[in-house]
Amino acid sequence: MKTSSRPQRRGLRRVIAVALAVMGMVAGGATAVAAAPLPQTEQASPYNFNGIIRDGQTPVEGVEITVTGNGVDETVATGADGRWMIGVPSTGTYTVSIDTSTLPEGLTLRDPSFESREFEVGGSTAVGVLFPFGPSTGGSPGADPGTGSSGSPGSGEAPAPGDGETPGGTSDTGASSNDFGSQLLARVISGLSFGLLLALAAIGITLIFGTTGVNNFAHGELLTFGGIVFYVTTTLVNWPAWIAVVVTLIASAALGWAHDWAIFKPLRRRRVGLVQVLIVTIGLSIALRYFYQFLIGGGTYGLSVERGDVLQIGPVLMRTSGVVSSAIAIVVLVAVGLFLTRTRIGKATRAVSDNAGLASASGIDVDRVIRIVWVLAGLLTGGAGILYTYFIGANIKWDVGFTILLLLFAAVTLGGLGSAFGALVGAIIIGLVTEISTLFIAPDLRYAIALLVLILVLLFRPQGILGRRERIG
Amino acid sequence: MDFLSIINSAASEILSPTTAAFALATIGLNIHFGYSGLLNFGQAGFMAIGAYAFAIFTMMVDPTATLGWPVWLSFIAAVLVAVVAAVIFALILGIPTLRLRGDYLAIVTIAAAEIIRFSVRTQDLTAITGGSQGLRGADYKGDFDAMNPLTGTTYGFGPWTATAYDTWVRIVAWSLVIVALVLVWLLMRSPWGRVIKGIREDEDAVRSLGKNVYGYKMQALVLGGVLGAVAGVMFVLPRAVQPDNFATTMTFYIWTALLLGGAATVFGPLLGSILFWVLLSFTGGVINLLHGMGVFGDMSGSQAGQIRFVLIGIALMVLVIFRPQGILGNKKELSFNV
Amino acid sequence: MSDTTTPPTTHPLVDGEVGPGCKKVDPIVVADGVVRQFGGLTAVDVEHVEIPRGMITALIGPNGAGKTTFFNLLTGFDRPNKGSWSFDGQSLAHVPSHKVARRGMVRTFQLTKSLGRLTVLQNMLLGARDQRGEGIFAALLKPLWAKQEQANTERADALLERFKLDAKREDYAASLSGGQRKLLEMARALMSEPSLVMLDEPMAGVNPALTQSLLDHVKGLKAEGMTVLFVEHDMHMVRHISDWVIVMAEGKVVAEGPPETIMQDQAVVDAYLGAHHDTDLGTLTNQQVAQIHEDAEEEVPVDPEASDTAGSGTETSTGGATRVTTDDEEGQR
Repeated sequence: MKTSSRPQRRGLRRVIAVALAVMGMVAGGATAVAAAPLPQTEQASPYNFNGIIRDGQTPVEGVEITVTGNGVDETVATGADGRWMIGVPSTGTYTVSIDTSTLPEGLTLRDPSFESREFEVGGSTAVGVLFPFGPSTGGSPGADPGTGSSGSPGSGEAPAPGDGETPGGTSDTGASSNDFGSQLLARVISGLSFGLLLALAAIGITLIFGTTGVNNFAHGELLTFGGIVFYVTTTLVNWPAWIAVVVTLIASAALGWAHDWAIFKPLRRRRVGLVQVLIVTIGLSIALRYFYQFLIGGGTYGLSVERGDVLQIGPVLMRTSGVVSSAIAIVVLVAVGLFLTRTRIGKATRAVSDNAGLASASGIDVDRVIRIVWVLAGLLTGGAGILYTYFIGANIKWDVGFTILLLLFAAVTLGGLGSAFGALVGAIIIGLVTEISTLFIAPDLRYAIALLVLILVLLFRPQGILGRRERIG
Repeated sequence: MDFLSIINSAASEILSPTTAAFALATIGLNIHFGYSGLLNFGQAGFMAIGAYAFAIFTMMVDPTATLGWPVWLSFIAAVLVAVVAAVIFALILGIPTLRLRGDYLAIVTIAAAEIIRFSVRTQDLTAITGGSQGLRGADYKGDFDAMNPLTGTTYGFGPWTATAYDTWVRIVAWSLVIVALVLVWLLMRSPWGRVIKGIREDEDAVRSLGKNVYGYKMQALVLGGVLGAVAGVMFVLPRAVQPDNFATTMTFYIWTALLLGGAATVFGPLLGSILFWVLLSFTGGVINLLHGMGVFGDMSGSQAGQIRFVLIGIALMVLVIFRPQGILGNKKELSFNV
Repeated sequence: MSDTTTPPTTHPLVDGEVGPGCKKVDPIVVADGVVRQFGGLTAVDVEHVEIPRGMITALIGPNGAGKTTFFNLLTGFDRPNKGSWSFDGQSLAHVPSHKVARRGMVRTFQLTKSLGRLTVLQNMLLGARDQRGEGIFAALLKPLWAKQEQANTERADALLERFKLDAKREDYAASLSGGQRKLLEMARALMSEPSLVMLDEPMAGVNPALTQSLLDHVKGLKAEGMTVLFVEHDMHMVRHISDWVIVMAEGKVVAEGPPETIMQDQAVVDAYLGAHHDTDLGTLTNQQVAQIHEDAEEEVPVDPEASDTAGSGTETSTGGATRVTTDDEEGQR
């Protein structure tokens, strides 16, 4: 059960089911890894196929699995942990096939007909698919459990079981009991965590808007960039996590700087209108997003990072990664607050936000401030990318940032455009609304609810919750 | 795939019903942005409203079967339902936002379009909207197919050969494009168009001259939205209704087409839509060809195919910066103010 | 009028004694208790003021005196916190700005609002009132409006000739000089045949070569029977063409009187010296400074209640490209 920002939420029943499962595991002394949903390829795909490809106990990476049927034609490669998952939109019959040419030397399917099989998606939301390996002697299936894949058909509401040594699953915050109070508390805590992460990313938007007047629609791609660099450094090249974090942050800050240097500063020089710049950011968003897909493919890939155990605090269950993400987010947010209010450059930033012309006349180098804002925005948003991918279950997809872009805008608009503190408040409101709403409505509507709240607030308080005034002319 | 077939399939896009539907949506957006200066980032939402209202009315009410209406009447009724739904949607969007600064409209329209998409794909509404799977074409195309006067098997020549049904869709969709173009031309040479264009330039000035700016903006929003809804109907006639076809990306492509052809020109949206689809098909074909030649190593074909969307993004940026008036726009009449 | 150094206590325009808020013999605009506050700041607090009909009245005052805000309030572009005001005897409270204009009270703006991507002629035609072709359905049928359009075009051409813009008829308004735009804006306002023309700093940013012609045009309006109310920093213009001067300071009307004597009024001297004594006489630099201050003054909070009742009012924006100058975060904390 997750509380996080995963697009896919299965609702109360699921929350309860998993909560019970976790309790059972903990009680039974089993390894405390939640039976949590695997990464999914498609936001809000209600069904999925999944499994783990392993040679003996060793996960096999980069094996391509394809699911076709009912308009779906998607291929993913297994992650470093051997896991794969493909989301499908609907019930029906799908063909699941494995590209045997991507298997390591010497590994063959025990039953060649398993290369491509048809599966029915019906009552169960997650279907585990086995690809048993071994000599194709046609001998006793299952005689060699050591070489079998551990993916097993999911049943009912329960998601595919994880296994002992794989840090799979999502950032699970849940309630250890299913009374409404505990559920609500769990949702609130999870909403706060989600809101903090949104705030981290949204502050970049609001600082850029404040200093330059640009609504940056490519901001989600800054977040995705952080996630992808983190994925590449931790998982593809196997660097230690702390080095990966440092590299990611440097790269993200550099990307922010490059945004300004290559695109936005020249646009300011040309005095390109704000509507034009807005559309430029849309083009940039499209270009970057599909470039990411070109680089890493269209699937969802797991990160080989430790996500820690499930902790129980009172009636609330939380994954360690969720706690860590939230704590880091708080520390960073406080630091940003101090930066803006205490340091010279932070004050200059706010002065530029307030009135760029006046700031410039008072001797502030506006261009430099804007450059710093871009670097800061890149840094914060890239960092949010790390935390967010970590938080939602240590997986990355090419459009992860874009899927939450509107939530970021909602947060910024709710708080009052251009106000950093407002963005924090707005983000937390959006986080809470998305999470708490799942107690009452279908989870796949929770982003819709957040956006509806945005529209309603604008209807009654157009300047946002903390906005004070608006300018005529 | 050889080069000739790439050219052929690109050429076939010129007359495809999808291009026609896209052109209708772009003409609608042109009324919003090009002429009135309204930042509508939810045109895909209007298309979704139109497509779903049309399909659901046809499937659920089905006046042909239940009331014995002639098929043409049922079809027109379904289109009218789509239009009315779009009008209501436009009013809901416009009432709170048209008084606010323009970028609020942008955020609200993009959010509203996503709300529509999330709502039609939610599992709770599967019985009505088909959930994330959408609606099957066969369930709502009956009336339209039955109206088809064409009885042969295929029509056209060369790359423009199509089945009787497809040809029928093309005839209707392109006729509507022509009607929409004439409508825009008539409106924009009139005093009404002058007020609309004045609002684009400076709404306070127009207000100070005694015009009800809010009312005009609302009319423009409704009109462009209705065209978007009709575009949605045309878009789903040759295919199924898929909620994810109406995602934000679709809106952005419509914007690209508009800016490519030239905002605030009558024929810009038409030219832009045709070019958009032709170029998309062409670059897709070329990338495919290169992929076949092993240029992309062992990358899968669909992954390599993403390059063309990267190109769309870059094209949009370059266009907006260096030629904001588009292909047909007048250099003096830049399509952006300020 | 006289050269006396003591301000007269009576005047032909005034019913009673001359002084701030004095009654006029034939007022066209009457405002009572109009208050506009921005947060804690009271920008306008006018107890009582009357504008004489058929005359040229100047509204002057140091920067931040609330002149432009008062203008916005009178024309429905902003809503006061309280107060009532009437035009030609009809109350204008809660009347949206476009309806104010339709009643014959037409304004121009301090920062010229010519419609850049419309031609000069189209700008003019937009000013004409009651156009049938401005309805969306009638617009489709040209025969319904062609005749009226023809008549409006003739009228526009006559005005363009009078304002010496006829050579620019087919040019985009964006290609005009600042002074020509002021002229166009004035001519466009005349297309609606107003009875009261309100000019917000008609001389700001105008090339000196055009100044005289602008002055003549303003006088011409009066000659045609229109009432003119204008905000101005340029005392040269005020002295030359106005019949009456109203002085505002810190949101209040502090003095009124004929132009020859008003600057000797102690309240006026105090107002100017007490505020920014460098702003009185219109040099270009001072006007620019003034503009900056007036800009700041224009920051208007959106009052949701007001927008509810407004037809179209406090909200703003020019096509979305306007950048919000935002909230100072410190103020919120």
